[in-house]
Amino acid sequence: MNTNYFFESLNFLRPEVVITVFLAVVLSFDLAFPKLKKVLPYLTALGIIISSGYAVQDFLSMQQPQPISSASKLPLLAFDALAVFFKIIILASSLFLVIFSEKSSEIKSTVERLGEYYSLILGMILGMLILVAATDFLLIYLAIELMSLSSYVLAGFLKTSTKSTEASLKYVIYGSVASGIMLFGISLAYGMTQTTNLFVAANSLTMNPGNPILLVFVSLMILSGIGYKISSVPFHFWTPDVYEGAPIPITAYLSVASKAAGFAVLIRFVKTVYPPVDGLMMISAYNINWKQILIYLSIMTMTLGNLSALWQDNLKRMLAYSSIAHAGVVLAAMATMNDEGITAILIYFVIYLLMNFGAFFIVMLIRNEINSEHIDDYNGLGYKMPFYGVMLSIFLVSLTGLPPTAGFIGKLYVFLALVNSKMIFLALIALLNSVISLYYYIRVMKHLYLMGSNDQAETLKVSFSNILVALILAIPVILFGIYFGPVADFAKNSAVMLGVR
Amino acid sequence: MENHYILSVLLGIPLLGAFFILALPRHNASLIRWVGLFFSVTTFIVSLILLSKFDKLNALFQFRDEFEWISTLKIYYSVGIDGISLPLLLLTTFLTPITMFSSWSSIQKRVKEFTFFMLLLEVGMIGVFVSLDMFLFYVFWEFMLIPMYFIIGIWGGEQRIYASIKFFIYTMAGSLLMLVAIIWVGNYAGTQSAGFTTLLSQYYILGPSIPIEIQKWMFLAFTVSFAIKVPLFPFHTWLPDAHTQAPTAGSVILAGVLLKMGTYGMIRFSIPIFPQSAQYFAPWISALAVIGIIYGALVAMVQKDMKKLVAYSSVAHLGFVVIGIFSFTPEGMQGAVLQMVNHGLSTGALFLLVGVLYERTHTREISEYGGIAKITPVFATIFLIVCLSSIGVPGLNGFIGEFLILLGAFRSSVLNNQAFAIVAASGVIFAAVYLLWMYQRVVLGPVKNDKLLSLSDMNTKELISVGLLLIFIVWIGVYPATFLSWSDAAVNNFVLKTTRQITGF
Repeated sequence: MNTNYFFESLNFLRPEVVITVFLAVVLSFDLAFPKLKKVLPYLTALGIIISSGYAVQDFLSMQQPQPISSASKLPLLAFDALAVFFKIIILASSLFLVIFSEKSSEIKSTVERLGEYYSLILGMILGMLILVAATDFLLIYLAIELMSLSSYVLAGFLKTSTKSTEASLKYVIYGSVASGIMLFGISLAYGMTQTTNLFVAANSLTMNPGNPILLVFVSLMILSGIGYKISSVPFHFWTPDVYEGAPIPITAYLSVASKAAGFAVLIRFVKTVYPPVDGLMMISAYNINWKQILIYLSIMTMTLGNLSALWQDNLKRMLAYSSIAHAGVVLAAMATMNDEGITAILIYFVIYLLMNFGAFFIVMLIRNEINSEHIDDYNGLGYKMPFYGVMLSIFLVSLTGLPPTAGFIGKLYVFLALVNSKMIFLALIALLNSVISLYYYIRVMKHLYLMGSNDQAETLKVSFSNILVALILAIPVILFGIYFGPVADFAKNSAVMLGVR
Repeated sequence: MENHYILSVLLGIPLLGAFFILALPRHNASLIRWVGLFFSVTTFIVSLILLSKFDKLNALFQFRDEFEWISTLKIYYSVGIDGISLPLLLLTTFLTPITMFSSWSSIQKRVKEFTFFMLLLEVGMIGVFVSLDMFLFYVFWEFMLIPMYFIIGIWGGEQRIYASIKFFIYTMAGSLLMLVAIIWVGNYAGTQSAGFTTLLSQYYILGPSIPIEIQKWMFLAFTVSFAIKVPLFPFHTWLPDAHTQAPTAGSVILAGVLLKMGTYGMIRFSIPIFPQSAQYFAPWISALAVIGIIYGALVAMVQKDMKKLVAYSSVAHLGFVVIGIFSFTPEGMQGAVLQMVNHGLSTGALFLLVGVLYERTHTREISEYGGIAKITPVFATIFLIVCLSSIGVPGLNGFIGEFLILLGAFRSSVLNNQAFAIVAASGVIFAAVYLLWMYQRVVLGPVKNDKLLSLSDMNTKELISVGLLLIFIVWIGVYPATFLSWSDAAVNNFVLKTTRQITGF
């Protein structure tokens, strides 16, 4: 064993190392100073900021994609622009998660357990950071488990709320089944290829595809594990209940970061193990028509997500279904299977991060005031809480995908990728779905402004820090809607993957 | 050109005004009203300066300003106007201050938001008429929906929520279809020359070379989205709800400007980008327009609600405009452009007058009225003039537009069937029936209702806002040359170019 090599590869893992160190620090700090719970969020935030600093540095100094290998010289992790991009997305959402948790009255009610809360968050982040770079089946599985186990507990963190407990239990059961199936798929894949490494598996399958039916089964089994993470239909059943029951900061986080990580691994898995379907490769029995599979998944996911969101009266639940629908849009971009589609996904995630966190943030702040997420309790709130009303409207308009907001740009790039790949039919389905989604998003604005009492009630005073956080999310949503060149370039530069042409 | 910034100024003033309004104290309603009026009047004055510098003989786009906006997609900020957009632009800047002035007393709650949304709406409307880049156009096109949604939804009538959502969803469904078509054509541009672009001038060059089978679909995607806005039969069902439920100001803007965007879109985008398909579909679209004329008129006849009657009359009137456009003749096109303005003025005035009555009695039911000529003679006179203008009586504006359109349809070689003109002409008679019948029931005869006896006649504010419209109603009717000369060069050039493309040079 070459110890030098070990230390060298740590250079590529600086964000992960920082998170691990801070995980230990937060845990021991909580044990050593049980009275100083107030410091914990700041400590966590510090760790995330340092980690993201390294991630940004990695991104800027990124040259060629590099493997981070084990002693046997097989790449375990990839150090490429795609991985670092998703690391930045995940760390940015983690920072918002900490800020949200500080503002949430739900989390404040569990102050004596804050130590566990923040160490679990750090554990979850670590799992995601590894997941987005993993190029080995076992590492993928371990990373998924690490992030899932932490999120199971976090979803049920409000011990006294039955909904939260129910959410956690459902999450555990669905999660274990999905990862069990995935693990089964991985073990079968190992049986076919005698390796857990994605690149070696790809090579081995090109040489000897084996039984095509078995291959399809294996692929779908692994897909179901990933599909569960990105809450694609038909693996989505846990999503609404968990999103509704979990504390709002966790819900927001699951809907953005957890999905981003899932998509990162989906992109890597599909692009690495299955070379592009073109020309002669079509003849090989080895090729699975991922394009068709993803198209069907995408159509089902968008449509079911949107149609179910129409009937929701609880805003958290509505946003849960809407996040399923958004996953469907991203899957549509994924179905193009080319760089343009992946660029569209990356752009979508930058924007989705801002607008979805924004929407959840305002829903949380309103919940802090009125202790409800029911849409009927929102009647006339746009006048009682003008700032929240305007902000929520901006985020919802953006989620709908109307110009001049960033959400439109996200959709635009997805449409561009689809039209460019001659997938007009899917583009039309996505378009119809946008119209459906318009209905339930403006329904919220309807309750905010058009319904309820018309008296000019005294308006709520909003604290400066809340305004600041909301604006940090809202200003880019408008700005990127008007001038989106930088985001597009950032994403374009990030669509580079290890070992993929 | 030296005046290249003037259109950006025109866009900037109402936008600046909107944000200025936000900074004003909420309780000082009259200050907000004055500031809002100030900004919209300033916009109008700037548009008059624009008119004075406009070169009537130049058929190309003027006051152009263009710079790269998003370099990766070759999206440009590109604005400019020609003789076709100029009248509509002026109509917009003219109607906005009038509607704001006319809602001085009718809008009492949330004045700040109302003024804010009106100015924002004006930005969107101006933007639509000046954009020369598909992306920019699309942004403005969609941008308008939000203020209009709130204007109908907050200040509207009993069923305002239903109407506003219906309006929003209909328009959005259409425009998304257009978005896919825009992307498709941009992409096609990419395969033909140097990369994806949304610049309109590129679309003009490339569009006609798109294989006809695909071109037809693209044309339909664009045109359906515009047809919803026009609204062409059978896409009109959102209109009666939106018009009826909107506050007076909303109805005036909706009828006066928003509907014109559909027909404007056909002239500016659908036809020149896809000329062959436009010719192919011209008889079908004209047939729908004729159906719309007859259907709109027949339904208007049986309405009990005055506003609804006017709303359905819009379906009929816009049918004329569509026929004029798809006749591909200079006369028809001239008439269509003029009729767009005419309809904005006449229907705008009709909505204002219905608003005047509604404000006093809080009902729009025709059966509640009768014989108010004796009580409010001024109102009765003005109402009659406006009705006659809407019918198209010679000497008033409506006649000129409809006459030119019918002439164009009659001579059109593309439609090649005089039945269109003949059936459409019967629409003028129907218009006389439903409008005069309404006038008779509301204004003439014995006083029907004791409540009506206390009706006060029009006050100064109302006289000013309707009077301003009346000036132009008469002016166009008596001396249309002033207005026709603006669009003459552009229309002739347009017809020449499209005919050439259709006949294959």
